[in-house]
Amino acid sequence: MTKYFIKRFLQLVVVAFIISVLVFLLVHLLPGDPSVTILGPNDTAHNRAILFKQLGLNKPLLQQYTTWLNAVFHGNLGQSYLNHESVTHIVATGAPIDIELIVISQVIAFAVAIPLALITSRRPNRAFDNVSTTTTFGLLALPPFVIAPIMVAVFAVSLHWFPATGYVPLTQDPATNLHDMILPSLAITAGSIAVYYRLLRSDLISTLQEDFITMARSKGLSNRRIMLRHAFRPSTFSLLAAAGVNIGALLAGTFIVEYLFALSGLGYSLVQAVQQRDYLVVQGISLVVAIAYVVLQFIIDFLFTVVDPRVVRE
Amino acid sequence: MIGRRGPQNGKRALEFPDVGESDEPLLVVENLHTSFRTGRGTVHAVDGVSLTVAAGTTLGIVGESGSGKTVLARSIMGLLPVRDVIKSGTVHFAGHDLTAMEPDQLREIWGAELSMIFQDPMTALNPVKRIGIQITESLRLHLDMDRKEADATAVELLRSVGIPSPEQRVRWYPFQLSGGMRQRVMIAIALACAPRLIMADEPTTGLDVTVQAQILDLLGKLQRERHMAVILVTHDLGVVADRADEIVVMYAGRVVERAPTRTLFAETHMPYTRALMESIPRLADPSGTRLQAIPGRPPDLIHPPKGCRFAPRCAFAQDKCRESDPPLRTAGSPDHLFACWFPLVHGTSTAPSASASASAAGDTTIDPGPVVQSP
Repeated sequence: MTKYFIKRFLQLVVVAFIISVLVFLLVHLLPGDPSVTILGPNDTAHNRAILFKQLGLNKPLLQQYTTWLNAVFHGNLGQSYLNHESVTHIVATGAPIDIELIVISQVIAFAVAIPLALITSRRPNRAFDNVSTTTTFGLLALPPFVIAPIMVAVFAVSLHWFPATGYVPLTQDPATNLHDMILPSLAITAGSIAVYYRLLRSDLISTLQEDFITMARSKGLSNRRIMLRHAFRPSTFSLLAAAGVNIGALLAGTFIVEYLFALSGLGYSLVQAVQQRDYLVVQGISLVVAIAYVVLQFIIDFLFTVVDPRVVRE
Repeated sequence: MIGRRGPQNGKRALEFPDVGESDEPLLVVENLHTSFRTGRGTVHAVDGVSLTVAAGTTLGIVGESGSGKTVLARSIMGLLPVRDVIKSGTVHFAGHDLTAMEPDQLREIWGAELSMIFQDPMTALNPVKRIGIQITESLRLHLDMDRKEADATAVELLRSVGIPSPEQRVRWYPFQLSGGMRQRVMIAIALACAPRLIMADEPTTGLDVTVQAQILDLLGKLQRERHMAVILVTHDLGVVADRADEIVVMYAGRVVERAPTRTLFAETHMPYTRALMESIPRLADPSGTRLQAIPGRPPDLIHPPKGCRFAPRCAFAQDKCRESDPPLRTAGSPDHLFACWFPLVHGTSTAPSASASASAAGDTTIDPGPVVQSP
């Protein structure tokens, strides 16, 4: 068990290192260069040379990398070429928004998908199952940029239940913060519900055909206990794998929703930085998001071992 | 020691008179039919089966794959799904009609009074649960044990089925055990609440031959110690030959011969039973002897053949066999039932075309006896 996690952790370190190199090179591979961003396209070659020297861009690539990495280890991701805002600060203010969106949307998704799948899988292809399955299929076809404006029109503009835009940090005013975050979270959650429900439902249906379920019935266990204690856990493999991919995609992938609700999360800041060729901001956010993704997969791998003890053996 | 407990706190609604003491058999199955609705038509998997099991005895149910023996076992238990299944007939267990019971009442009997051992220990144990919990959950449910008591009992149960160092093994997962060990765990689960009847559905089919004998001997030993009845479902007559008190031979969803074990082997009347016996490999045979396989395949149970269902594969089949269905009847001893128009006598057919050789054997007459039950 311990050996397995040490191995996994070492893999994580190696992957993180490779990511740092790729993220660093990314900026050098993008067309254009920072001097254009800072000085505009019409400045002289002389001024550009001076700027390069100031930014350390004239030094060998390896040295640039080690300097940058050293700063990163000290919590300094550099600063924006445009407004000199610290990238660490951008990440520190943006990340909580992303995390909150993901946590709320995923909690709702699991809270809806799991009970629904547990109920419908016992009697597949009956009326209730057909309604749920069709409805979630519909949800799957509704991307956030369709759902969000509809929800704003209904719940914000017509009913005035929620604000259309606005953001107060959680630490400042938790109640207002949650109130503000519900609509954007719901816009993201629809697709997740559909995916989680359908995967869990079909895995549960096949698990319920297994001998060990008949065995559990022959012990006289209640249906409730059989569903929760015998069928659920062995049916969560696809669900977990899908959650890993899905949540990974939501890391900085919620920019459309952030844009629509005027939230300056990581995704929104990243897209903006790419458009403005704000290299260090792109570099910093990409690094943080990529590391978060790797850590997320590490957690998912850990959860696999919780769900199925056989995983460690392989 | 694991003893039976009486009803506690009035929790158990059903009363179980100790029928082991009375003359009443523990299990009485009468005219059981089970059919499945499928896209192709209705499959008559169990077609009018009757049998009885006395307390503490062993009944062997034997037949090829597809003869309906597993469906029969599950029908008796009441374990089949409700949807697309048509059932009729009655199953009386310890004085209760299982077929008339609500699911809640059945759950009180399952695992407590009537438990099941499954064919494949690889798939019948939950792969992600420790074996200890798989044993203790029925103890806690049916016997109201607390966790500590149930844990201690689980260790004792594992010890009684011959698992070494059971104190450690209770915390193991099924994948950490060999096939034979898993089957022992399954027996421990089935035994947990000291049931009166264990339904063992091909309990040793997935195991190699040496382990097979160990498991069957273990089951026999525990059965004698605890005075349990066992229904041993198998495709292998050799398995039940020296373990069952009575044997039921099934073909195409029906009982074709039923007799006390000794009688069945001494005076086989049904050609199908004879064919099954000939397909048992014998150590005394010279090496290279070909096994006598039964030609053809079991019939389609959606459209079973007219007449005797075994006729298309029977070496002695006559026109009459292909025309009309032989009823289950007795001849000579009243506890020997068979369904055949031309039963074998001392291994020789009484069919007209075989009479020449039968006369040579010196015995051609047989009393057909009264018809006991028409299908």
